[in-house]
Amino acid sequence: MSDFLLLFVSAAFVNNVVLVRYLGQCPFLGVSNRLDTAIGMSMAVVFVITLASAVTWNVQQYILNPYGLEYLQTIAFILVIATLVQLVEMFLQKSVPALYRALGIFLPLITTNCAVLGVAVLSIQNEYSFTSTLVFSFASSVGYGVALTLMTGVREKLATAPILPTLKGTPTALIVACMLALAFMGFAGMVH
Amino acid sequence: MSVLNEFTKGLWKEIPPFRLALGLCPVLAVTTAAKNGLGMGLATTFVLVCSNIIISLLRKVIPKKVRIAAFIVIIASFVVIVELVMQAYVYPLYKVLGLFIPLIVVNCIILGRAEAFASKNTLLPSIADGLGMGLGFTMSLTFLGAVREIIGSGKLFGQFIMWDSYAPFEIMVKAPGAFLCLGIILGLMNWVSMRQQKS
Repeated sequence: MSDFLLLFVSAAFVNNVVLVRYLGQCPFLGVSNRLDTAIGMSMAVVFVITLASAVTWNVQQYILNPYGLEYLQTIAFILVIATLVQLVEMFLQKSVPALYRALGIFLPLITTNCAVLGVAVLSIQNEYSFTSTLVFSFASSVGYGVALTLMTGVREKLATAPILPTLKGTPTALIVACMLALAFMGFAGMVH
Repeated sequence: MSVLNEFTKGLWKEIPPFRLALGLCPVLAVTTAAKNGLGMGLATTFVLVCSNIIISLLRKVIPKKVRIAAFIVIIASFVVIVELVMQAYVYPLYKVLGLFIPLIVVNCIILGRAEAFASKNTLLPSIADGLGMGLGFTMSLTFLGAVREIIGSGKLFGQFIMWDSYAPFEIMVKAPGAFLCLGIILGLMNWVSMRQQKS
């Protein structure tokens, strides 16, 4: 149990997906304007990353490894992710329309979020078991959501601040991300 | 010549990622040194040009409904080729770039150019577009990598070039430095384009 707790903390904070591992930057800088869209995006990310990692782990174990097809990992994973997102979207639209409406347009957008493919590949590279993969992917996506929400909160406040015209928009977002990354560096060394 | 125009627009006017805010993940991650930026840029250029060629040749054949999935399969195939070639011939670079080589698949630049350009234009302009964007991306990555490497470790392409008592700002080769550098460079480019607009 404490192993999983350690894994959770290390994946969510110490090696935060977006502020330390540099994954999922485009939505991080693009969607962090309003708090409700950021929260919607975070929920969608948690859902897709956990599900995708679970499925791709099984694909690696039972299809790629036994037949010596490890070099096809990239193609197989990205196809699985794209199909999964499509299926999940159709399934949610029919069965849980409230959740579907809450996630909105972010669900199809997540296919190109490098965090999804990144976390899936990392779980295989770190040679996790199935339950460890579940914990790792869930924790990584929660860390992503936390970083995204923090970023959005700060940007919302900065929206009305007097900033140099050349630095308005993406440059400011990047400098805020720099501060957040500095803060998250404080977690380094927490987990041996 | 419009083909030349397609080539040069990727080199300054629409240079990714400074003007075209796409494909940011590898930009921040691999620019710890100029050599890594160069390697990543060249790998991405290869995939971009090859996938642009195939997609442009097949543009009348791929049905609209499955075009994104088809693009992804085509791009992923070239990424696997690049992955295996790099693993065989430039193994140290492959280890440094690590996770981000397979992530070329979801690099928004490649999918974006496939969707916006290669699927709607003939072969030669698509090649020019891919080559221009890819070379622009390579230049940006190498430039950003050089800046971070010089300030963060005093070296350039592995050679120590600063004065002897220079104490490197190690933060520049880590995550916060990446964000800060890119933010300042984007701000500078905004300033340049504002000056150009005034005159």
